Amino acid sequence: MYATNYHRASSVQDAVKLQAGADEGKYLSGGMTLIATMKQRLASPSDLVDLRHIPDLKGISVNGKSVRIGAAVTHFDVASSAELKAVCPAICDLAHHIGDPHVRHMGTIGGSVANNDPAADYPAALLALDAIVVTNARGIKAAEFFTGLFETALEEGEMIVAITFDAPQRAAYAKFRNPASRYAMTGVFVARRDNGDVRVAVTGAGADGVFRHSGMEAALAANWSPDALAGIAVNPSDLMADIHASSEYRANLVKVMAKRAVAAS
Amino acid sequence: MGVEGIGASVARKEDKRFLTGKGRYTDDMSVPGMKYAFFVRSPYAHAKIKSIDMSAAKDMPGVIGILEGKQLQADAIGNIICGWMIHSKDGSPMNMGVWRPLAHETVRYVGDAVAIVVADSLGEARDAAEAVVVDYDVLPAVTEAVKALEAGQPQLHPEAPNNLIFDWQIGDGAATDKAIAEAAHVTEITLRNNRLAPNPMEPRATLGIYDSAEDHYTCYTTSQNPHVARLVMSAFYNVAPENKLRVIAPDVGGGFGSKIYIYPEEIVCLWASKKTGVPVKWTCDRTEAFLTDAHGRDHVSTVKMAFDKDNRIIGLKVDTIANLGAYMSLFSSAVPTYLYATLLSGQYAIPAIHANVRTVYTNTVPVDAYRGAGRPEATYLLERTMETAARELGVSPAELRRQNFVRTFPYQTPVIMNYDAGDYEASLEAAMASADWNGFAARKAEAARRGKKRGIGMSCYIEACGIAPSAAVGSLGAGVGLWESAEVRVNAVGTIEVMTGSHSHGQGHETTFAQLVADRLGVPIDSVNIVHGDTDKVQMGMGTYGSRSGAVGMSAVVKALDKVEAKAKKIAAHLMEADESDIVIENGELKVAGTDKTLPWFQVALAAYTAHNLPAGMEPGLKEGAFYDPSNFTFPAGCYICEVEVDPETGVTDIIQFVAADDFGNIINPMIVEGQVHGGIAQGIGQALLENVHYDPQNGQLITASYMDYAMPRADDLPSFKLSHQNTPCPSNPLGIKGCGEAGAIGSPPALMNAITDAIGNNSLTMPATPQKVWAALNAAN
Ligand SMILES: Cc1cc2nc3c(=O)[nH]c(=O)nc-3n(C[C@H](O)[C@H](O)[C@H](O)COP(=O)(O)OP(=O)(O)OC[C@H]3O[C@@H](n4cnc5c(N)ncnc54)[C@H](O)[C@@H]3O)c2cc1C
Repeated sequence: MYATNYHRASSVQDAVKLQAGADEGKYLSGGMTLIATMKQRLASPSDLVDLRHIPDLKGISVNGKSVRIGAAVTHFDVASSAELKAVCPAICDLAHHIGDPHVRHMGTIGGSVANNDPAADYPAALLALDAIVVTNARGIKAAEFFTGLFETALEEGEMIVAITFDAPQRAAYAKFRNPASRYAMTGVFVARRDNGDVRVAVTGAGADGVFRHSGMEAALAANWSPDALAGIAVNPSDLMADIHASSEYRANLVKVMAKRAVAAS
Repeated sequence: MGVEGIGASVARKEDKRFLTGKGRYTDDMSVPGMKYAFFVRSPYAHAKIKSIDMSAAKDMPGVIGILEGKQLQADAIGNIICGWMIHSKDGSPMNMGVWRPLAHETVRYVGDAVAIVVADSLGEARDAAEAVVVDYDVLPAVTEAVKALEAGQPQLHPEAPNNLIFDWQIGDGAATDKAIAEAAHVTEITLRNNRLAPNPMEPRATLGIYDSAEDHYTCYTTSQNPHVARLVMSAFYNVAPENKLRVIAPDVGGGFGSKIYIYPEEIVCLWASKKTGVPVKWTCDRTEAFLTDAHGRDHVSTVKMAFDKDNRIIGLKVDTIANLGAYMSLFSSAVPTYLYATLLSGQYAIPAIHANVRTVYTNTVPVDAYRGAGRPEATYLLERTMETAARELGVSPAELRRQNFVRTFPYQTPVIMNYDAGDYEASLEAAMASADWNGFAARKAEAARRGKKRGIGMSCYIEACGIAPSAAVGSLGAGVGLWESAEVRVNAVGTIEVMTGSHSHGQGHETTFAQLVADRLGVPIDSVNIVHGDTDKVQMGMGTYGSRSGAVGMSAVVKALDKVEAKAKKIAAHLMEADESDIVIENGELKVAGTDKTLPWFQVALAAYTAHNLPAGMEPGLKEGAFYDPSNFTFPAGCYICEVEVDPETGVTDIIQFVAADDFGNIINPMIVEGQVHGGIAQGIGQALLENVHYDPQNGQLITASYMDYAMPRADDLPSFKLSHQNTPCPSNPLGIKGCGEAGAIGSPPALMNAITDAIGNNSLTMPATPQKVWAALNAAN
């Protein structure tokens, strides 16, 4: 790791100011991605602005169906929130399957979403739940937020404050773990709203990151059952290939995980 | 057995320090004035070095010195050698290329060391290393052994045309060809033994300390055999004569073979300490470990197994190509030859065997012994072939094995080994009973109703441990003898120190060796200390690998104890005015048999040291040493059965049960033996299901250079293991021990692969059987 300056921000404004005043400042949340990258000397921010102690970024609130998760809420806190479990158990289950206990106690939803790793779990949930990424400046719909591999709509210095969404009628996440990293080699989040609107979001598989599968959405809107997906084709040419999984295998996994998610919802 | 003697599951004495973070590993060592090293390494798999420019780096903050290979050569530090000479079948010696501790002409794998930077802090050393400018002329690379032998491929060493290191054979080719020609059935199969990274929990580290006042060096290092390290560094690398070089391997967090060898870093840090005038410490990080620790396995073999009309094996022909990486590591030549092909008879009476082995240079990190070393490769080959043969012949795999077992001992195989004792049928029966083999069909049908494909597979392994009779290995090319030494030092108050040349890096010697002493003398194990790992404290020894510490290391302790007991008895007889032959040692006392006369052990020890009243002519003191040279290898064997369920939708394999029935000879501490088997099976399952070193075949970059891509087995990848023992004592050593350290890793991969291929009905599957591969094989089969 190269030397860096550490700052602990006390408020959103403070954090934004600290970041803007730094040479090459970076927000630090759980550090599970950023610190590891710095240790490998792949990132060398001049300053780190620690967000984990900002009150506005902490806590989960559920008001009827409307959910707000602070950006600095850890995966463990999402996984174990009784309030959240009551309205959207799928997202708790997703958080419970991120990494290992160490990662879940340190890593945060804001950090994960900002990082937009193509194999991360949360992007699938946010896209399927039609969530809003609330920043210090605006609210960004998930569909517009995730713009490519490790790319987001965040402007320079813009900071995620919270994630909000309306709890779905039914939802579930099925994850196929990469045997080595245990990130998603394919993860599918399915959600159906009260108005019958269906979303199927796929992570870990898309060549451009998280994506929705309209064919599956249409089939499930007509018939919310695993069998409805039997005839759906997933096109491998849009999918990633690496030493762990070919795009053909991922295409198979997208379908199998979608079926399993629907069955579990 | 007493509560602490042989056969008791005594809790490990060393665990308190390990579990409370009080272990002392090389990286924990700190000496005044110590500085930190970082190595400049090649980012290319193959390149000529045009120039190395240190001018900018030299002036960076904290830099004490930057040293390169030319200086090392000027100081006459030797090149790294392979310590086992193999001759090709045409009689020519192996074609060993030059391995410089710091490359200055050519780099041959990603991670090849080029320079060392010593600085006040690790961060500064690393900063300066980044500022060292090495100008490379990048050359094409080749990573696969089979390909490296083909015409027109990149050439690694001028000494080895076509990258061929040697073309060796064993056994009777003509007799084997004849058997194949006359066979009623020949099973043919091509098998790949996947390449593995050893991944000990503690990465390698070394601390080199040069004392100019004494012209003396001390080397702390992560070694399984500190005396061998000292021997090699003085005899071959010219670092310092043995009396001027102390090597200490303190607590070592696992090795699995990878810490047997002497690597460039130890040599270079010692030399750099003299050059820079400061103690130099280097600790490798995990990716550096993936890049530079010697890997294991990496064979491609074709097999022909010939059967007569009664399904008896009449011949076995094997052709193996083994990847040795960019340079020949210390024992690399022995692994795919004498540690491998000599086990190709397995548990079976095979009248004719012939194996041909070609070893090959590639642009990958060197390959050497890794848990099992050659024996897992032999077992995988034989046991997948046996299972394949049983399927082709339409007979039960258990029956085919049973029919071909060696049943009378000693048994001379056609490939050197002389099996001295065993009962293969006993392990087979025990494993089949434990696995409820006969109930499998019903379980398979039930699984099918749930949409799952269930399979069962077995593997009957044999290995050669107790490495090794010195004269025998000498005649086969070994550069060293493979005996072991011990010294038993009884203190004046009767407490005991045992100096052993074995080295414990997870095996639990501090407990089991103490149990042996406790058993012999009836003293508590708390009064026995096991001293190992320091060339200044312990007489010459050969270290720990090849499951040799019990069979060879403890046998040396037994010999030393015999001498100690004999002297103690003489003293006791003298003090109690009895006949020496009437003295017995029991429960910490020396007694005159048939009387109530006794002397406590400590009083005899005290008498030996006060020397006021010793038998006439006896020297004072109670301390004896011994060297034990085994007369044969030992032959642990057993039967492993694995049952799996494959999810046809995803290709995921779920291990339903894993049964291990082992014959390890006599057992000192059953709990430790179980732990060794558990760990071994975990590694075997890792090889079969998860682990694989992947180099980019185009440019030789290591793709699996971190745990993001290299899949290690985790606890939830593993089932509970059902273990049992069917022990036949080893006749060749005093304790009847065979060894248990590697069996799990040797026996398990073929059992698992036989189970998966049984489940999916496609035998072409290769390790690791990842979900993707199983899914693809399943779809290809249907
Ligand atoms: C061993 C391991 C296993 C893992 N397994 C999984 C897994 O299975 N699934 C999965 O999804 N993830 C996994 N992760 C990643 C984990 O979820 C991380 O927590 C996550 O990627 C980053 O979150 P963080 O809070 O640690 O962010 P940090 O590492 O602190 O930051 C990541 C990036 O986001 C930026 N950032 C952080 N917070 C904000 C903010 N509020 N606004 C704007 N930018 C911000 C940072 O500047 C940085 O660029 C794993 C990580 C590890 C180490």
